[in-house]
Amino acid sequence: MRRYYVMGLFSNFDEAFAAISDIRDHKIPGVTVDDVTLKSPIEHPEIEEILGDRGSPVPKFALFGAIFGAIFGFFFLAAGQAAFLVQPSGGKPVIPLPSNIVLSYEMLILFGVLSTLVGFFISARLMTKRHPLYSEKVSLDQIGIMLELDEKNVNPIKDLFKEHKVLEIREEVAR
Amino acid sequence: MQTKDINENIAWAQINADVLRSMESPRMGYWIAVAACLAMVACAVVAEIYQYQIGMGVGNLNWPHMWDIYIATFVFWIGMSHSGTLLSAILHIIHADWRKPIYRFAEAMTTFSLMTAGLFPIIHLGRVWNMYWVLPYVSDRGIWPNYRSPLVWDAFAITTYLTSSALFLFIGMIPDLAICRDNARGWRQKLYTVLSMGWQGDDRQWRNFRKIYLLMACFLIPLAVSVHSIVSADFAMSIMPGWHITSFPPYFVAGALYSGCAAIITLFIILRYFFRFDEYMTIPILEKTCKLTFAIAMVWSYLTLIEFASVWYGHDLVAKESLMERFVGPYSPFFWLMLFCGIICPFALAIEKMRRHLPTMFVVSLLLNLGMWLERWMIVTPTLATSHYPFAWDVMWPGMVQWAIVFGSFGWFGLLFLIFVKVFPSVSMYEVKEMVFHRRHAHRPDLAAKFHRRSSDQQPGDTASGQPRPEGA
Repeated sequence: MRRYYVMGLFSNFDEAFAAISDIRDHKIPGVTVDDVTLKSPIEHPEIEEILGDRGSPVPKFALFGAIFGAIFGFFFLAAGQAAFLVQPSGGKPVIPLPSNIVLSYEMLILFGVLSTLVGFFISARLMTKRHPLYSEKVSLDQIGIMLELDEKNVNPIKDLFKEHKVLEIREEVAR
Repeated sequence: MQTKDINENIAWAQINADVLRSMESPRMGYWIAVAACLAMVACAVVAEIYQYQIGMGVGNLNWPHMWDIYIATFVFWIGMSHSGTLLSAILHIIHADWRKPIYRFAEAMTTFSLMTAGLFPIIHLGRVWNMYWVLPYVSDRGIWPNYRSPLVWDAFAITTYLTSSALFLFIGMIPDLAICRDNARGWRQKLYTVLSMGWQGDDRQWRNFRKIYLLMACFLIPLAVSVHSIVSADFAMSIMPGWHITSFPPYFVAGALYSGCAAIITLFIILRYFFRFDEYMTIPILEKTCKLTFAIAMVWSYLTLIEFASVWYGHDLVAKESLMERFVGPYSPFFWLMLFCGIICPFALAIEKMRRHLPTMFVVSLLLNLGMWLERWMIVTPTLATSHYPFAWDVMWPGMVQWAIVFGSFGWFGLLFLIFVKVFPSVSMYEVKEMVFHRRHAHRPDLAAKFHRRSSDQQPGDTASGQPRPEGA
């Protein structure tokens, strides 16, 4: 059976959210809220109530980057200081904790930020080709609900969209 | 009288159109400002070439005045960079949504201020070709930089802050760059296609975007505090009279936030005029920025007085002498002007009628920043003029070369900023849309109960009002 991408564009966000609610309530057998991709011009944290908590690994990247940065930073400095014993330290330790903590802290933040950025690029699937159903209206003022469906569910989902005052429906055969 | 932060009935298409138009056709004043900045940069380049050829003495930079206004201006620009962090990161974390139309240019200010500040330690070195000595790199003789030195800390802190703030600015712009990509033609479309990184606005991207923006804000706030604390350590870790003061880190951080906020007011008024942003850079938002600046000004004033008191009661005779020299010595007119601009002028921000008058606020914001620049000069130079040894006492005034380079740094910052606002959206389109969306829905308790509240939140009353409406139309 062929699979299809179907996207409905709505100008009324409440109607779009109501359509997702209907999908979550299994109004169309065989279609679940996990099949839904919401495309929106703005962020909608509240939609997670309906879509379910899909999670994000970005905080883990931040945590590991920060820990790595602090440890690497300290040992990098310590290695430099231990290899440079001729530097006069005025009776103070060769590897002084107070000043190294300042620089390790900076490294903690630098690597935390860089790692978070990498995590974001991976998790958000940036730098990939735009979906063929992408509409420029999504970056303007419309909200899109996109689903990947079996052929038999295409017409029921279109009917559901029409119930919720969809402006435009686009479809494409999934490859 | 305008009382709302933003017109809630503005169409989303209008928001896109207004911001995109600002990147196409600014007022004539914009081009005059670009020309003025170019002329200022040219002055600085000529002065630097002259100084490079002849030596540091041509700027009257000589013993004991080895730092003088180069380092004072370096500290000033580092301080200016705190504006973006304050407005964007802190206000983002506390959900102050009035920041949304104005945070983008504040973040840009952060990045460009750091790029300007970074020039001064290099210029001040004299031997600019040796600037890489502060980098954590081992030479062929096995020599590492001295990690105990606050000057090396500066290099680490500023590099980290510049990298992080530039990434913070870039990440926050990605959804807007996608809007630009969808509307641009020619070279702009190619540029925005690359920079928007395939953004499509799907829920996965927004979910991760929300996380990274919050996390980067959390990283940036302590970073900003640490950066200016480290800059204060350049002074406080020495034993020079007038510098060896415990309260310097919070004093520097407060001064940084103060000058950053004052600069936001200046640029707010300039951008509002150049790009006809009256709908987004509204008087109520300016008022809130002014109130915030006033609060920070009072903190700074308190810390300034505390600094005097701690020196006075510290019974360090040399430090006391150095403090008295500031009040009555050769630099005293500038010192009193600093106190006037920094402590007296901000009271204009407390008067509603003045806060709502743009020309007055423009002049006041410039005076505040003049005060902040003078503060840095009055930290650096009087101490060098009257240090521990009377035989080394020497009053020295900056020469034309120093003034030209400092003057040019303002042109350099202005030029970077003006190019930025012409190439990139200076108002965050998607955040203004969010602001409008949430403010509209704040008046719709029925819909808020249905869609926009978590089940664990307190539910609003069930009084229904109005019918659903399209967002953009």
